[in-house]
Amino acid sequence: MRVVIAEDLFLLREGLIRLLEAYGFEVAAAVDNGADFLSAVRAQRPDVAVVDVRLPPSFTDEGLRAALAARSEIPGLPILVLSQYVEQLYARELLADGAGAVGYLLKDRVLDGDQFTDAIKRVADGGTAMDPEVIARLLARNVAAEGPLARLSPREREVLELMAEGRSNVAIAQRLFVTERAVAKHTAAIFTKLDLQPSDDDNRRVLAVLAYLGR
Amino acid sequence: MSGTAVTRRAAGRRPLAMARALAFFGLVLSGIALLLLVVAPPALAVVALGHLLQDMLMRGISMGSNMARQELLLGLIGLLCCRFVVPPALLTVRWLAILTRRLSRQWCGVPIASAYHPRPGGTRLAYRRRMSWLLNDVATWRDLAWLAVSAVVGLMLLLVPLTLVGAGVVAFLVPALGTVVWFGGLQHLVPPPAFPGNTPVVLFAIGLAFVTLGLWTAPWMLRGYAGLARVVLAPSAQAELERRVAHLAESRQETLDTGAAELRRIERDLHDGAQARLVAMGLTLDAAGRLIDTDPAAARALLIEARDGSAKALAELRDLVRGIHPPVLADRGLAAAVRALALDSPLRANVTGTLAGRPPAPVESAAYFAVSELLANVAKHSGAHAAEVDMRHSAGALRITVSDDGAGGADPSRGTGLRGIERRVAAFDGVVVVASPAGGPTVVTLEVPCALS
Repeated sequence: MRVVIAEDLFLLREGLIRLLEAYGFEVAAAVDNGADFLSAVRAQRPDVAVVDVRLPPSFTDEGLRAALAARSEIPGLPILVLSQYVEQLYARELLADGAGAVGYLLKDRVLDGDQFTDAIKRVADGGTAMDPEVIARLLARNVAAEGPLARLSPREREVLELMAEGRSNVAIAQRLFVTERAVAKHTAAIFTKLDLQPSDDDNRRVLAVLAYLGR
Repeated sequence: MSGTAVTRRAAGRRPLAMARALAFFGLVLSGIALLLLVVAPPALAVVALGHLLQDMLMRGISMGSNMARQELLLGLIGLLCCRFVVPPALLTVRWLAILTRRLSRQWCGVPIASAYHPRPGGTRLAYRRRMSWLLNDVATWRDLAWLAVSAVVGLMLLLVPLTLVGAGVVAFLVPALGTVVWFGGLQHLVPPPAFPGNTPVVLFAIGLAFVTLGLWTAPWMLRGYAGLARVVLAPSAQAELERRVAHLAESRQETLDTGAAELRRIERDLHDGAQARLVAMGLTLDAAGRLIDTDPAAARALLIEARDGSAKALAELRDLVRGIHPPVLADRGLAAAVRALALDSPLRANVTGTLAGRPPAPVESAAYFAVSELLANVAKHSGAHAAEVDMRHSAGALRITVSDDGAGGADPSRGTGLRGIERRVAAFDGVVVVASPAGGPTVVTLEVPCALS
């Protein structure tokens, strides 16, 4: 799997390259600013791109804007955005085109190599990877509004949380130490309670849940 | 078209102006009475005791004589009045001056600034403190001067329309009408003036002319009166500057204090949080290094512990940075950052309005933290389900309104949160207005003068 990395801090960039290569990824290019990222993506057409939100020269949300630009230039290009902070505002912008194949994670998640590479693979496969912190805030907001979410059982809410992070039913089952069938049952219950259109496709299901939470 | 409208309105205003002149007249009379109440007691005490002293020292009159006793009694009465009558009288003078300012703004369109020293703290002030508060304030003396001026010049101004109308009615209209029909009795009460040709028609015409002239002059005299009040009552440019300097000194001090407190908090957070975690991580890694050959399993557990520690340190640093300067504010500016705040709020928070540019960075930061605090307050205290944030920039000021559908009853004097916002915004000459009746809704408006770039 070929990856393009955009990260301006030398230590982190080298760390990412080492980590990804250790997990068998091929790092096609590693750049340190938004403009170079765009040309690298154009030239390399990677399977997935990993971008830091804050890049030179402006040191604001340059990386995010480069990622969005790359997506509009190459529709469906899988992109995982890393940041020292997560903002719901940015998560919304990434999800706005409804096409999936996006990820938005805290840089901390890099520390857990298994989880991190799993997220990259998910995004490359057209899925999503949302940081648990984004999802927690989305849920808090929906719970406070006393909508249908309040009717979910604690277990169902747990499943919903993992699903919103972008995990497949198989992954959720492993995570919660239950059978895949049990997860499927919870998922069906959640979709009924939230009045959502059920779907067999993991990715489509995740997007539906995210759209529901982000209303 | 507009000409007639103006004339009609002015015509309708003249009797009103007359009534207002009458009201001001009443104020002037009560001012004279107040002036007497303030001046008479000390004057009485000084004169009576002075006489007593003179009698005893120079004329050798003994303390027991009737005259000395009378003078002593009068002097004591004067002193007692100084103690008990003068302070409330002074406060009433102030009230009267404030009323005059308000009326001259509302009735005559002449705004008059006021600059009183703030009342010192404490519910009941000792006599000495109260008097020093009142007497050390140049505004008190200005008010007293106004009473004297208004008693002479102001009274004359007001008397012009009042006398004209009064004389017209009493001297001419009443006898004219009385001789004709209706008030037969009044004919004897007010005899018609004796001059050749004083027929009812002539008297009526003269009376009408007097009244008209009086009514016509009333608005002018009222304006003149308000103008006079402004000359005497408005604080001098010097006083205005002093007030401004005092305000700036106070807000600068508060800004410095807030900044220093903020730095201390950051230092403490770093010291107790990230720094401590890094030390612990160093120790854990050191232990792992020593164990790695002898007990790889234990070393591995320690390494995982160190990794978790680094994640916690990162999370703490993240929260800390968010509290210093939120990244989204730096990235996108105030409007987007406030939208991000609304998204993070547990409430349904709606953001309306736009900004055509970005305010200066310090103003942006103050406004951001103010909105953040306000939304947190709404979520915590108001019991509201929805909040609304409106942002706009007009007439050289950034105006942000945060309103909710909650229970109301927010009191800036009780909560430290609102007070903190006031302090933060005051550093930029901004103001915070809280409207929160019991039962809600609460509307907090902040306004900070600034330019967009």
